[in-house]
Amino acid sequence: MLRITNGKVYDPKNGVNGVVRDVCLDGGKVVASVPAHARVIDASGMVVFPGGVDVHTHVAGAALNFARGLIPEQHRKARPIYHSPQCRAGLAGSTPTTFATGYVYAGMGWTTANEAAVPILSAKHTHEELRDTPIIDKCTCVLMANNEIILDLLENAEFERAKQVTAWQVWAAKAYGVKAVNPGGVAGWKWGKDCKGLDEVVPGYNKVTPRTIIKALADIVDQLALPHPIHIHCNNLGAPGNFTTTLETMKTLEGNRAHMAHLQYHAYGGDDWFTMSSASVPIAEYFNAHPNLTCDAGAVLFGDTVTITADGPWQHLLYELTGKKWGNLDVENETGCGVVPYVYKEKNLVNAIQWAVGLELLLLITDPWRVSLTTDHPNGACFWRYPEIVRLLMDKDFRKEEIKKLPEKVLPRIVLPELDREYTLYEIAIITSAGPARTLGLPQKGHLGIGADADVAIFNERANAMEMFAYPRFVIKAGTVIIEEGELRNSIEGTQFASKPVYDETIEDYLRPLFQQHYTMSFENYPVAEECVHGLEVHQCGACITPT
Amino acid sequence: MLTLTLKSSLTVPLEAECLSPDVLAPLAHVAVRALPVMLGKRQHRLDDHFTVEGDGSDEIELRGDLSKVKWIGRLMTHGRVAITGNAGMHVGAYMKGGTIEVTGNVTDWLGGEMSGGTIHVRGNAGQQLGSAYRGSASGMSGGTIIVGGSAGIEIGMRMKRGLIAVGGPVRDFAGLQMKGGTIVLMSGAELRTGAWMQRGTIISLKPLKLMPTFATAALYNPSFIGLYAKHLARFGFALPTANGGYRRHLGDSSVPGKGEILVWQPTGIA
Repeated sequence: MLRITNGKVYDPKNGVNGVVRDVCLDGGKVVASVPAHARVIDASGMVVFPGGVDVHTHVAGAALNFARGLIPEQHRKARPIYHSPQCRAGLAGSTPTTFATGYVYAGMGWTTANEAAVPILSAKHTHEELRDTPIIDKCTCVLMANNEIILDLLENAEFERAKQVTAWQVWAAKAYGVKAVNPGGVAGWKWGKDCKGLDEVVPGYNKVTPRTIIKALADIVDQLALPHPIHIHCNNLGAPGNFTTTLETMKTLEGNRAHMAHLQYHAYGGDDWFTMSSASVPIAEYFNAHPNLTCDAGAVLFGDTVTITADGPWQHLLYELTGKKWGNLDVENETGCGVVPYVYKEKNLVNAIQWAVGLELLLLITDPWRVSLTTDHPNGACFWRYPEIVRLLMDKDFRKEEIKKLPEKVLPRIVLPELDREYTLYEIAIITSAGPARTLGLPQKGHLGIGADADVAIFNERANAMEMFAYPRFVIKAGTVIIEEGELRNSIEGTQFASKPVYDETIEDYLRPLFQQHYTMSFENYPVAEECVHGLEVHQCGACITPT
Repeated sequence: MLTLTLKSSLTVPLEAECLSPDVLAPLAHVAVRALPVMLGKRQHRLDDHFTVEGDGSDEIELRGDLSKVKWIGRLMTHGRVAITGNAGMHVGAYMKGGTIEVTGNVTDWLGGEMSGGTIHVRGNAGQQLGSAYRGSASGMSGGTIIVGGSAGIEIGMRMKRGLIAVGGPVRDFAGLQMKGGTIVLMSGAELRTGAWMQRGTIISLKPLKLMPTFATAALYNPSFIGLYAKHLARFGFALPTANGGYRRHLGDSSVPGKGEILVWQPTGIA
């Protein structure tokens, strides 16, 4: 039992904007009151936030491990976390080790994270790693848009069966949502090709196009009543002029709910690397007018990192640009994966535009509930650098100083210098916690109303938002005090959320022979057993909605 | 002058990156004794393993069989470390300046990614002298490594600048993926010398079994050899400049690279 008193509370879901009031916690939940003998945390001069929620990150699984293996030189530079009675040893850096990931997230006041790209074939491994990612609650999105079973069904216009297969696969992977990465493009990469436009036929098929896949998956996710909408990484990521593809994708999704992942990477104008410019204005205008969409920023910060994505063809292009290391994985019939270590440089024209576009989108999108703070960790920057972005959003003078460091020829290509908006603490609480919790469909997260999970972050109120958000005074997860006076005092296991859509179990009779023909793994070994997911909390989806 | 003598031989490696003038020079005797070292996973005090004489100094002498002591002279920028005996892995790693002298043998990763200073080993060395650590794009970027005895595989792997000279025989892959700098092989090397080399110079006084991706060019006496001969003479290495020439081989064309391997050919031998 815990009473947090005298703190300025920011709880946007319940409309609480900087009001000094008590927050009472008991049994891992927020409650109306606690007895007088409960422990009291005096939060005078501090602000009280609901624990942060990361809607799109890459913290576990085969691709991330592949990246970890590829960058020993970055691990040598990484900050070590030493073994202590409270925590296991590990490394921070661009791809923190499993245990370190939990400590570092919690150390910044973030208590929930969505691992946004899991192939079913490596779902077991991912869940094992997530078990070893302590403190934070986790959920996963399963990669679907290049799954050859689904693509074959869409080729033959068997939508209903594709829906049953998707539902079975979501539950088989113990996933929470459905992710579409470069729909059709990754399947095309197996032929050395890609799908840049939405109406290109996917290599290896006669009819199916990225547009068919996007529309079908969005319909499936809506009809299965999954709590999180289709999570889309558009075609043509990173390429100059790709904003038209992004607009087309968003238009295709009219009438559906959809989450546009790392929108920064999909909002570029120009024709090539030399004429590239920001296209955040048309993207934000369309986005603002269409409340069916949510997005996350996928902002970029300058420095060393490693890029990891299922978008194999893009990673090959990035490797050709950097000329350094490149890793490529083929995940049987499901997806692919590419890994390229990367340095974002302030003086590089393209990187400077990317940096600006991330911030522009955060500032141009008017409804903070629909845009979440992310860096597509570790692609744009590591998640532990979020406080730097918070400062850039909250302090326009600081932002203008940073813009001055960019090469001069960037300025006509971006709109950031003209934007004077400054985020308030209330809006920061929305984009870091309340908004992403709503986007993920986690009603118990992202707020401090009665019945919410007792995940609370308490920060010293300071003028420099970066310092303020980098080092919380207290972090409470599920009612346990994790960080106290800036130190890690406890480590607990988190929950793993999974969705269980309603489906017809006879779909297994259809899938079993396909496995014997096409997979290296037997059908019985494929699904992740419930016992393999530690701290599993199942969201039972409502009955399947059939369109009229 | 600070003298440290190993008390008893070690079975488990002792990680002692504090054994560098940059750490030791400002410290008094008591503080030196209390410095932390890692014996396997356990943290010990420096004086658990060494008898310490004198105060901290830029001049450090280490005595005993230190073949299990790692990271001596790590990141040092100045001063002199004299090791009377053997030394372990990573001697002079990331070193930027100063001198390390070893009377005995050393093991692997001598001068790993060093950028300046001089390391002189009178005995034999292990593998990967002056090399890039795993995953790094480049190895040593300056400084000098002199080994009187033999050396193992992959010496100068991905080195960018600087000089490595080895008196005794060297094993496979000398100058692997080399990007610049100079390797002098007084007694030749085994297989695949200069594999994947992009730039840089390997000089061998003994015939080498070269890879087919090296093209043979002129027999000549480049003027820079005289400078190296002068520089190496003080370490007792005699680089010939007369009564023969150096056969130039260009490669490695599989990368493709513009490195060179110069093999000494005395007059009268075709």
